[in-house]
This record gives sequence, C-alpha cells and structure tokens, in this order.
Amino acid sequence: MSATIHPALAMGRRLPNVWDAAAMICVFGALIAVAEVARSTFAPISAPGAVHVSLDPTNLPVYAIRTTLRMFAALVASLLFTFTYGTAAAKSRRAGLVLIPVLDILQSVPILGFLTFTVVFFMNLFPGQVMGLELASIFAIFTSQAWNMAFSMFQSLRTVPADLMEAADSFHLSAWQRFWRLEVPFAVPGLVWNTMMSMSGGWFFVVASEAVSVGNNTWTLPGIGSYVALALDQRNIVAVAWAILAMLVVILLYDQILFRPLVAWSAKFRFETTAAATAVDPWLLRLLRRTRWLAELGEAVGGAAGALGGLRLSFGLQRRQAAADRRPSRLLDAIWLAVLFLIVAWAMQRVASFVAGKLSWSDLRVAVVLGIFTLIRVAVLMVIASLIWVPIGVWIGLRPLWARRVQPLAQFLAAFPANLLFPPFVLGIVYFKLNPDIWLTPLMVLGTQWYILFNVIAGAAAYPGDLREAADNFHVGGLLWWRKVILPGIFPYFVTGAITASGGSWNAAIVAEVASWGNTKLQAHGLGAYIADATDKGDMARVVLGVVVMSAFVVMFNRLLWRPLYAYSQRRLTLG
Amino acid sequence: MDAAVGTEASAALLEVRDCRQAYHKDANADLVVLEGVNLTLREGEMVALLGRSGSGKSTLLRIVSGLLQPTAGEVLWCGRPVSGPADGVAMVFQSFALFPWLTVRENVELGLEARRVPKAEREKRAEEAIDLIGLGGFENAYPKELSGGMRQRVGLARALVVHPDLLLMDEPFSALDVLTAETLRTDLIDLWVEGRLPLKSVLMVTHNIEEAVLMCDRILVFSSNPGRVASELPVNLPHPRNRLDPVFRQLVDDIYGLMTRRAPPGPRAPVTPAMTIGTPLQRVGTNLMSGLMETLEGPPYNGRADLPALAESLQYEVDELLPLGEALQMLQFAVLEEGDISLTEDGRKFVAADTEERKQLFATALRAHVPIINMIRQVLDQRWNHRASAERFRDELEDHMSPDYAEDTLRAAIGWGRYAELFSYDEEAGQFSLEEAE
Repeated sequence: MSATIHPALAMGRRLPNVWDAAAMICVFGALIAVAEVARSTFAPISAPGAVHVSLDPTNLPVYAIRTTLRMFAALVASLLFTFTYGTAAAKSRRAGLVLIPVLDILQSVPILGFLTFTVVFFMNLFPGQVMGLELASIFAIFTSQAWNMAFSMFQSLRTVPADLMEAADSFHLSAWQRFWRLEVPFAVPGLVWNTMMSMSGGWFFVVASEAVSVGNNTWTLPGIGSYVALALDQRNIVAVAWAILAMLVVILLYDQILFRPLVAWSAKFRFETTAAATAVDPWLLRLLRRTRWLAELGEAVGGAAGALGGLRLSFGLQRRQAAADRRPSRLLDAIWLAVLFLIVAWAMQRVASFVAGKLSWSDLRVAVVLGIFTLIRVAVLMVIASLIWVPIGVWIGLRPLWARRVQPLAQFLAAFPANLLFPPFVLGIVYFKLNPDIWLTPLMVLGTQWYILFNVIAGAAAYPGDLREAADNFHVGGLLWWRKVILPGIFPYFVTGAITASGGSWNAAIVAEVASWGNTKLQAHGLGAYIADATDKGDMARVVLGVVVMSAFVVMFNRLLWRPLYAYSQRRLTLG
Repeated sequence: MDAAVGTEASAALLEVRDCRQAYHKDANADLVVLEGVNLTLREGEMVALLGRSGSGKSTLLRIVSGLLQPTAGEVLWCGRPVSGPADGVAMVFQSFALFPWLTVRENVELGLEARRVPKAEREKRAEEAIDLIGLGGFENAYPKELSGGMRQRVGLARALVVHPDLLLMDEPFSALDVLTAETLRTDLIDLWVEGRLPLKSVLMVTHNIEEAVLMCDRILVFSSNPGRVASELPVNLPHPRNRLDPVFRQLVDDIYGLMTRRAPPGPRAPVTPAMTIGTPLQRVGTNLMSGLMETLEGPPYNGRADLPALAESLQYEVDELLPLGEALQMLQFAVLEEGDISLTEDGRKFVAADTEERKQLFATALRAHVPIINMIRQVLDQRWNHRASAERFRDELEDHMSPDYAEDTLRAAIGWGRYAELFSYDEEAGQFSLEEAE
C-alpha cells in the first residue's frame, strides 16, 4: 500500500533551535490568552444542559450522522487552512520563517488538554447557543487534522520538479493557473494520504470532544461520544456495546466510501513514471468511473473546477522570472524581524505574568516528574507493541495472500476511536482490582499500535523478491536473517508507523491515564492524569503547565529519537 | 584456489530429468512454463541457457538452485535429489540483489556468516574474493556508492566466496551498459580459463547470443511456451575468442537461424490461420515497427537484411529485435527466414504511405491477422453504447495463456488498436469504446 508516503512529522528539520523556542512561546502565549478569555466567563454558561442525550439505541443512527457531520465540517476547515497556511509557508520566505516552526510546535501540542478551554472560549462567542459547543468540537477535530495536512502541502510545494515549473513558465501560466494545474495536482497524493491518516486520528477526538466537563458542569453534544459518556456514567455496558457497533458501521462506511476510493484516485497524480504496484480499484471508484451518468456528473464537477483553476488570476504577483531576479530587501527583512520580535516579546510577557502569579518551581518539578512517568509508559509500550507486531507484520507481509486480507483490517482498526473500547478494559480493572498504574497503560496504544502493524506489513510486502532469493541461496536463516536481511529492509516503514503511533499515544495519555466507571475513578500517575485532573478542578494554570511540559516532551522525543532514526533509515536503508 | 577445470570432465555434477513446471490455474488446464527439460552438467563446463524472455530459462535456473520445486521430474545434485536451496550452489542475480544496508565486505561475508565460518577465516576469504574480482579498496563502500559494473562484481565475489561447486548466473550482464558488460565478461573468462575461480562448473542464463558464444562451452537454445530445450550446440573455439573470427560469426548466424525458425508463436506460421485468440502478442511499439520497416526499405538493406548484422547496426539485442520482426511477420508486413528478415509487398506499401494511409493499412492488417483485436472491435460494434470492459477480454485471454502473457497481449492490442484508431481505451475505467474524435 501507500505507506511509502512519508509522515509529515518526520520530514525535514533538525535539532531544536531558536526559532522553535520562539514558536513555542508564541503558541503558548496565544493559548494562555484563550484560556484567560475563557476563565472570565466561566460561571454564567448554563444553556447546554438543554442538550439531551438518551441511551435508547434507536437514537444511535442520528447520533452517528451528527458525529460524522462534525468530522466533515472539521475536514473542510482543515483543507481551507492547508491551502492558505501551507501555501503561504511555502511561497513566502518571510512567512515560512515563522509559520513552519509554529506548525511544528502545534503538531506536538496535546490539544485534548485544552479541550475545556476551547469549549468555554467558543461558548463565549455564541452565548447560550449550541453553536458554541459544536464549534468547539469541530475545532478540536480540526487541530488533530490540520497541522499534518498543512505540512504535507508545504513539503509538496517545495519539491515540485524544476522542469515542470519551467514548462509552466514557458507556457505563460499565471500564478493562479500554475497553482491549480501543477502544484496542487503534484501535492495531491501526499495530501490525500495525510488527510486520510488525520481523519483516522480524528475519530478519536470527535468522540472525546462531545462530552466535556469542567468542575461541576458537563456539556454534551448529541453524538456517539456523548452517548458513551452517558453510558459510562450510568454503568450501562450494553449501551457501550451498541455505541461500538454504531462506530464500526460508520468507520466501515468511511473506509469504503471515502478512504479507499480517494487514495486509489490520487494514485493518478503520482509523479513517478514507473507504474506502482496497484491494487484492484475499490468498488466505489469503479462504479463512479463505469457508470455513465455518474462519470458525467464527475466530469461536470471536474470541468467547473478546471475552469476555475484556469482563470488567469495573478493577484498582483509578478511572474516568477521577474521575482527571481529581485533581491530580497534588507529593509523589509529588518522590519519583519522587528515585528516578530515584538510578538515574541508580547507572548513572553504574557506567559511570564501568567506563570508568576500562580505557579512555582515545585509545580514545574512535579509536572516534569509525572512527564517522565508518562514518557516511560510510552517508551515501554512502543517497545512491547514493536516486539509483538513486527514479527507478525513481517510474517503477513511476506505472504501476499494474507497481506491483502489483513492490510485493510489494520487500517480500519487504526481509524477506530480506541476511547470507545476503554470501558470494557476499565470494567475489567475494577472487577479484578488491578493496579491502575500498570493496567491503564495499555489503553494508550489500543488505537495506535495498528499504525505499526500496517506499516510493517507494507514494508514486508514491498521487500524485493531478489533479496529474499539471495538470502535463501546463501542459506541465511535464523537470527542472522532477522538482523541482516529483513529488519533493515522494513525499518523505514517501521519508523513511519512508530512515529504516528507514539504521537497518538501521548495524546491518548490524557484520556487513558484517568478512567471512570460510574462513581469509581481510576487514576494512574502521569502527566496525562495531571492534566485531566487539573481540568476537572478548573485549575487553568496547571493545565497550561501540563500541556507545555507534555509538548516539550513530545518535541524532544520527536527531535532526538524519531527524526534522526528516520533520517538514518532514509539515508542508509532505502533501496536504490 | 583449487580449480578443477579440465579434470574428470565426464563426472555429472548436475542432472535435470524430465523437468516440468506448471502453475495451476482454476477451471482450466495448467499453465505450463517448462516441459520435458533434460539437462546434464559436467565438471569443468561453462554452459549457457539461451532463449527469449519468458521461455522459462530463469525458472529452470531457480529449480536447479533449489529455490523452486519443479512440478514434476527430478533434479540430481552430485547424484542426490535436490530439495530446498542446495549446498554448493551460488547464484548471481540480474538485479545484483545486494543488500543496500550492508557494505561490500558485509555483503560478501553474508554467505560465510550463514555457514558459521569463524570471523578470522571469514575476513580472510572475503578479502581474497574481493581482491580476485577486482574490488580491492571498495570494501567499506555501500552498494549505492558503486556503479552497476562494480555492483555486479560484488555479486560475483559474494557468490565465489562460499567456494560453490556450481555458479549460477541469471542474465548477469544484461543490466549493464555495453562497455562495462564486456569488461566484466572478459575478466570472468580470463579467471575461469586460468583456473583461478574456486568453481567446478558454471551455468548461465542469457538472451545475448554473442555473449553465449563468447563465454560458454555448450549452448542450450530454449524455445518458449512451454519452455523446452530446442537444440544444443557445442562451442569448440579456444579462448580467448575473437568476435570477428568467421567461425564465431557463422555460429552466431546459425543460432539466429535456429531462433527464428523455432520461435513462438507455435510452429512456424507466416500464414493467417495459425493466429488464434490464444496466440500471445508481445508489446512492441508502433513507432518501432514503422521505424524498422523504413530502415529495411532503405539502403543498404533494400528490403532484406541479415538479422545479426541488423541487430549490430541498430545496437539491439536479439531479445529486442526478434519480437519486433515477429510482430511484423504476424501482420504480414515482413517475413522471417533463416536469420533473415525481408519486407513483403504490404510492408513496402506501408513505408510509401503517409500517416493517414499508414493507419488504414495498419488497421486492415490488424483486423485480418490479429483475432483479439478483431474481436474487441466486433464486440464494440455490436453493443448499443459501443463500450466494453477490458476485464472481459482479459478473462478471455487468460483462458488460453498465463495472466502475464494475457496482460502483455492485451496491452499490445490496446496500443496497436489505438494507433490504428480502431477503438479508444480509457485506462482509468478499464473500458474500450468507439468514441472517435476525442
């Protein structure tokens, strides 16, 4: 499958530097600002109580549809963001200077920790209306999708082949035309793959964002997530089972109607001239292409879009040729840097004043220690998940028949929101009186381990036949085979999967380290529980601290472990 | 280096008896890749399996190496039946098959490591093999850093270091450019003749006639579909052989003659009735066809050419030239005979015509001589919407041939039919249609 498309997270840059620090300060300055606005209007909001969720399973189809609609609203927002932010970052040197580090930090922020404040913030914008809640939920999903997609867009725009650019220039395409005729098509495969991966992750957030409680207030939106929350509250395991079933159906439809056709369709934009090993067209795509009126409908839509892309708009941008000759203006650069400096200074002041009043060094120490606990959890889980899934994935991947069957299943499981599966586990832990510090931990990889599995399968399936034959011919077997033949070959794929899995696990920590069943509350020691706990108490300062520390951990984890590994595997372990 | 060249020349190292390789295909007869193949390999011999691509010679090589189990028949290695990858057999791959994450030295040592050879001896033997094959100084390089020729040297060193009795080479030089390939060939032959290779025998697969005549003591010519040993030729020329030697040229000429006479499709059949739906087509571009016809029509050939000479002047290998000639023969634009190719009356007409007329001539020839294309067009004419799925024709073809052949045949039919404007084809929908003027 298409696991050869690189995760946006792993691309590009190096060790943390001054731009990262500035970006981090800016991001948190903004978040704190949001939190403060939210706090000032904490008490008076009461309207959402009106939203009523019932456990009657016949309501589930409607809930499922509302959940899905939220998902797509967020997708539209993410696409808008991608096409503006990603493009600006790629096209303008000055904007890129700021936008890229900010994006980099943003994708490491466990946004689940800020859910409460975004809820309050949006409700403040639409007092007394459900609209505020809806927007907050959509925003939460948006934050889980947008960064990844924007990064992918940025990467693609930066790597458009020079000869195609020259061809576009020599045919006098305007900037607008070139964007739609060359740059966007070139970006499509990466964008589609990242979008689909983001959406898979998004189900997790939509479920989590439908029922939010701060202090004594609980706000719910009708949807599968709030249904499960209510079922947990009422200790109704049958209702949980119904919800899981409903979600299975939704994901199955999403997988069949959207994911597979889109990914297959995007293959036609792949730039490599060598034909990739293509799977059979998904049934829906075949239907669309074969059915005459559907095909004509598609053509009409495509034609309209094409006409729009063909307009000779230029937005006052000079032709590339002219632009290339122009020297970057020192003065403008200086002004730009000064503005940036002011922004960073403002953000720093903001953070400082916020911290000064409410936090002490000992708070930081506590958060860091808890962060180390969670770090150990994530690391141990990654090791265990790898030990289990790498051999299985290799076994499956080397058998084409099995790979074809298991691969879609693994992708499907990766999309399934694991938080729906927590209740049975929690029930088990309560029943057997197990230690939550240990037994809550597996919940963190429940949904993310599949990324490792399906990437390893893809890697093993793509393993060259002649290398396998050579290994057989020279009687390479046993440990030597694992060490020198297969593991290096699948390593790039494994890293790709592990990056996604570990990122997801950090985020999951916030909901996985704390679990409840009716009045029974389970809590593990860790940064996720710390954030969840502070949220529960409405203690904004500690939520911010927790999120900052967690972001710092994630950034470090990515920069010091995954990126070097990824760079190494790309340099040394790829074929050809 | 203990060489056994020339001693005990009669001992049979390897015997293949009545070998048959077939892939089971549902509802229909098995697809036979190899049929009734017999082969004996003696010590001190270098033998070539010469044939067109798809004639099953690489499959035979994999059977000999034990990588593949034959459907029927037996393989005896030193008198014992082979099951599983055989000991004492090492292979050199067309694609080199080097592990990109191992250095040259590590790649070479891999086979020794698998045999648990102690580290000190491993290093010594690897160093010997590396020096022997001319890789000294590249020990710590990764395959990516090497040129194609150096990579194949690593492949050779890796095979030689385990001191195999039999070296199998699967088109070892075909991925290299002409000059590099020639250097490697002569280096290998020199080592072989001087008895410096730790080998008893070499079996190589090739589609390059001159390569086989240049290097080997015996040549087995394969015919395809199903693959059989069509003829066997000893090469008694002393080394070093001279390509310009008249005896050498004559031998090459003879083999060209053999290959054109016995080449698929089926028994030699320049006449139409032999063409059926079940006749596989090869993907040959229409530009190549017209290019070859124009070349043949012009001087110095004036309508008739000797295939080896033509191949040389066009820098084509027999594997590229023969399918082209056969396609022309199938459309009755040319005739292949005893290593010669000559234009027919239709062929001359084609060369004289302009673009539109050429397309029409081509269309007429296709409908007359290529049943699958005729069938596609008929189905399209009959359908009310003038559309038909490619799947349908692929299934039809797969009833008669292997899926790979069916795919190639369909692709060839699509390319030719498009050029002749007999139909158009939508790749994404996998549909044929009669939409002209698009």
